[in-house]
Amino acid sequence: MIRPGSLRELVESFGDGADTVVLGGGTVLVPDLAHRHVRPRRVLLLPPELSGVSRADGNVTIGAATRVSELEAADEPLATAARHLADREVRAQATVGGNLCVRGGETPRGDLQAPLLVLGARVRTAGPGGERSMPLEDFLASGPNGRVVLDVAYDDAPRQTGYAAVLRPHTHHYTILAVAAARRDGETRVAVTGAAPTAVRLPSVEAGGSPEDALNDVDPPDDALASAWYRSRVLPTLVGRALSSLQ
Amino acid sequence: MRLIVNGVEREVESAPLTPLLHVLREELGITSPKAGCQQGGCGSCTVLVGGDPRRSCLLPLAACDGAEIMTVEGLGTPARLAPLQAAFHEQYGSQCGFCTPGMLMATHALLERTPSPSRGDIEEALAGHICRCTGYVKIIASIEAAASGDVASDKRTPSLEDADPNEPDMLIPGSPA
Repeated sequence: MIRPGSLRELVESFGDGADTVVLGGGTVLVPDLAHRHVRPRRVLLLPPELSGVSRADGNVTIGAATRVSELEAADEPLATAARHLADREVRAQATVGGNLCVRGGETPRGDLQAPLLVLGARVRTAGPGGERSMPLEDFLASGPNGRVVLDVAYDDAPRQTGYAAVLRPHTHHYTILAVAAARRDGETRVAVTGAAPTAVRLPSVEAGGSPEDALNDVDPPDDALASAWYRSRVLPTLVGRALSSLQ
Repeated sequence: MRLIVNGVEREVESAPLTPLLHVLREELGITSPKAGCQQGGCGSCTVLVGGDPRRSCLLPLAACDGAEIMTVEGLGTPARLAPLQAAFHEQYGSQCGFCTPGMLMATHALLERTPSPSRGDIEEALAGHICRCTGYVKIIASIEAAASGDVASDKRTPSLEDADPNEPDMLIPGSPA
């Protein structure tokens, strides 16, 4: 277990990332480590330096160690998604970096991914070959893949935004399906959480198709929260709601 | 590593990735935080870290070095319950009791930050805390009673005068009393 004191130490200790796990808040990883489902050779914690939201030169940058609770009053639709996530204690511990690296399995995960996709976010990572910045959709498609997330950023130009979700009624929220939308300069972005292992954009809808066209882009899964049939029925409704709530 | 548990400084030797829950229960013998689901979904392991409620089953020890931890043992003593504990006692807010420590710590933090919470505030603070006896109505009533000061003072010192004087004092690990 290594506790880097700075960003530089983190990048140096991470090296090529071989057999290394980076621990954000631990809300997903700690049970896996405790039950030995994951047995890495090395575990790295994120340094405090990577925590916090900053605005400069027209960009909003969110450090990987920023807690989900710190985004509850952030830009929409990110703030609504952050407020919907689990419960107070989990939001205060879970990090943005972890949220971008998780993949759905028994339940959907990664509630912040769809809002960040529609905000056009880019992810800065470190690993073999040094630092790299890539669009969030590329990062989600490839997975962390031996790289450590440093921060995620988007430009803070004004946008119309919308968000619609179905949550499992439970003592805390589980997102079954959530659709985020953002429009800027006539360009509309729409993305969904809970219809694939990570959040994905819906290009058929973005190109001006109807909400039903979302089903051309994703093939929703069965999992512990809902059936594929249910998700397929609900998805077009959520897309319609997210688009009609754009403001 | 070092923890300050209920105001008392403790050196601990558990491995750095051990969940705080197991450090408290197994190394320090403080058993009020309960090992329920152990994946953050039930709330029974909730303790305060630096005054904020946290799931101790999800928190690696390494992330708590030097932190101030508070558990039910730091809330009150058997001879003098905290008003919140007395309210749970008086209002039947505890049935089997397994979820109670987590409920108490989450709502103690709620009353610290919002002394007069609305019902919505209480429900928000209890999100993620499961009572499998489904005693939520009484739990919410207990918290409302504690917030409004509707706790009989004699309930805070549960009839110790009736106890057998030869009975030894209860020793509770982790209690500073």
